Amino acid sequence: MFWDKPLETIDCRSLQILQLDRINTALERIAATPGYKSFYDSKKYKIKPLSSLEQMKDLPFTTKQDLRNSYPSGFLVTDMEKVVRMHSSSGTTGIPTVIYHTKNDIDNWSSLIARCLCMIGMSDKDVFQNMMTYGMFTGGLGLHYGAEKLGAMVIPAGAGNTERQLKFIKDFKTTVVHITPSYALHVSEIIEQRNLLDGLSLRIALMGAEPYTEATRLKLEERLRIDVINSYGLSEMNGPGVAFECLEKEGMHVWEDNYYVEIVDTKTGMPLPDGEEGELVLSAINREAMPILRYRTHDLAFIYPERCACGRTHRKISRIKGRTDDMFIIGGVNIFPSQIEEVLMKLPQVGSNYVIILSKKGSLDKLSVRIEVNPDLFAGDLRHLTQLKETITRKLREEILINPTIELVEPGSLPPSQGKAVRVIDNRDKTV
Amino acid sequence: MKVQQLSIFLENKLGRLLETTEVLAQHDINIRAMSLAETKNFGIVRLIVENTSRACDLLRMHNFTVEITEVIAVEVNDTPGELARVLRTLHENELNVEYAYAFVERKQNKAVVIIRMDQIDRAIGVLKAEGIKTLTQQELYL
Repeated sequence: MFWDKPLETIDCRSLQILQLDRINTALERIAATPGYKSFYDSKKYKIKPLSSLEQMKDLPFTTKQDLRNSYPSGFLVTDMEKVVRMHSSSGTTGIPTVIYHTKNDIDNWSSLIARCLCMIGMSDKDVFQNMMTYGMFTGGLGLHYGAEKLGAMVIPAGAGNTERQLKFIKDFKTTVVHITPSYALHVSEIIEQRNLLDGLSLRIALMGAEPYTEATRLKLEERLRIDVINSYGLSEMNGPGVAFECLEKEGMHVWEDNYYVEIVDTKTGMPLPDGEEGELVLSAINREAMPILRYRTHDLAFIYPERCACGRTHRKISRIKGRTDDMFIIGGVNIFPSQIEEVLMKLPQVGSNYVIILSKKGSLDKLSVRIEVNPDLFAGDLRHLTQLKETITRKLREEILINPTIELVEPGSLPPSQGKAVRVIDNRDKTV
Repeated sequence: MKVQQLSIFLENKLGRLLETTEVLAQHDINIRAMSLAETKNFGIVRLIVENTSRACDLLRMHNFTVEITEVIAVEVNDTPGELARVLRTLHENELNVEYAYAFVERKQNKAVVIIRMDQIDRAIGVLKAEGIKTLTQQELYL
């Protein structure tokens, strides 16, 4: 099923003309915005209309740090009055990144998601339970608006509170859920244990926000007798709806009329041909409030060189194979080790060394931090140490929104850091 | 009189307490009293030794996290009701005990209670007024 068949099956040549036109519109608006133009000035890039997409590779990359530097609204190319929403993601240095949307942007983003949902056979007959976090996190509101646009009944359940989730799934005959893979594993275990499956109407689970393996998909599909659909997005590119699987379930279609997609060599930054793995670089070329060109996602993937059997001409990207930086994802939340370091190093009682350990408890991700205490500030009291532990737990939870387990260890007991220390140990594969 | 106690931070790791005592043994330092407080993944061992500052230096040299804590050592007769008398005295003076541990002095048939609390000086004063003796570091080793 198609939401917008002419656009979804657009021929290659027409798509390129449309892309070039949209990129040039974006460049024109950027050039007219002093705060944004100065970014390109600082990169010694003179903005002028491109005559072919070939010239995209000459455009400087935009990084998360660049977005942060533009805080709070340096990259906004419309009047603030036209903005109807902002989304923000937590920063690694305390400064968040902010993405603005006009009414048209929200409408457009919703349509892209409606396209995704239509593509996997959803319709206005479906009951859609959105089990993602609402708020600043784009996964919640993004799919919410898209599913409403499609005409499905939306249950804005949000994440967590499993008992209530199960009650809704059962009582409202939910057919489609949007959920993180780790939470899906948890919920599916409960459904299996209580033998609830026969009373349910579930047929599709949309999964994104954190990486998961093909084995996890098969396990969930078998356990719940549903289709699991892979979804990819990032707040800088709106959020979900950037790339989405069709029912072929091999690779995610990138909506190329809205996103210019490149895979580049991680070292040289030069674009790689389709089929080769490298860093995914995306451009939001159809956003009124805040176009972003050549954004380095730090996600590793490749583009499928061949056409998809589903009939859509938009190319597909692979599952995300990994990251080029040290970001990790736990329980659907993106975390940089530097965020944890920032919190720890502000506390004088904390020594110089720490290590972050990721593991699984059942099917849920668990984050522990082993921290060396500072011998100079050891007061000899259990009370102070317990207080320190509580303080660290609270401050970390405020920063990363995840409840960590804190272990205080003796100075010198952790492997010493040498240059870029391995501060994250991921045992999740081993403990599952 | 005030007495010095060693407080050693130990993570919950196999053999760590043993290592502590071995450092002291190698340097011929006798342990008079010991108490171990533990939480889920770390603990604090408290020791009364004769030469506290030397023991502290030695342990630090062996990379232990050590601090010297001031406590009081109260001497009482090893008979029923004696500890209660000490605690009642402190209670009546609104002095709160953080932690305590005790050992028996066989030679003189006395018991010694090590008490950690705030306002140590005031505590020593009110105990003295009740005729309760607090020991010096040297007296602990007589």
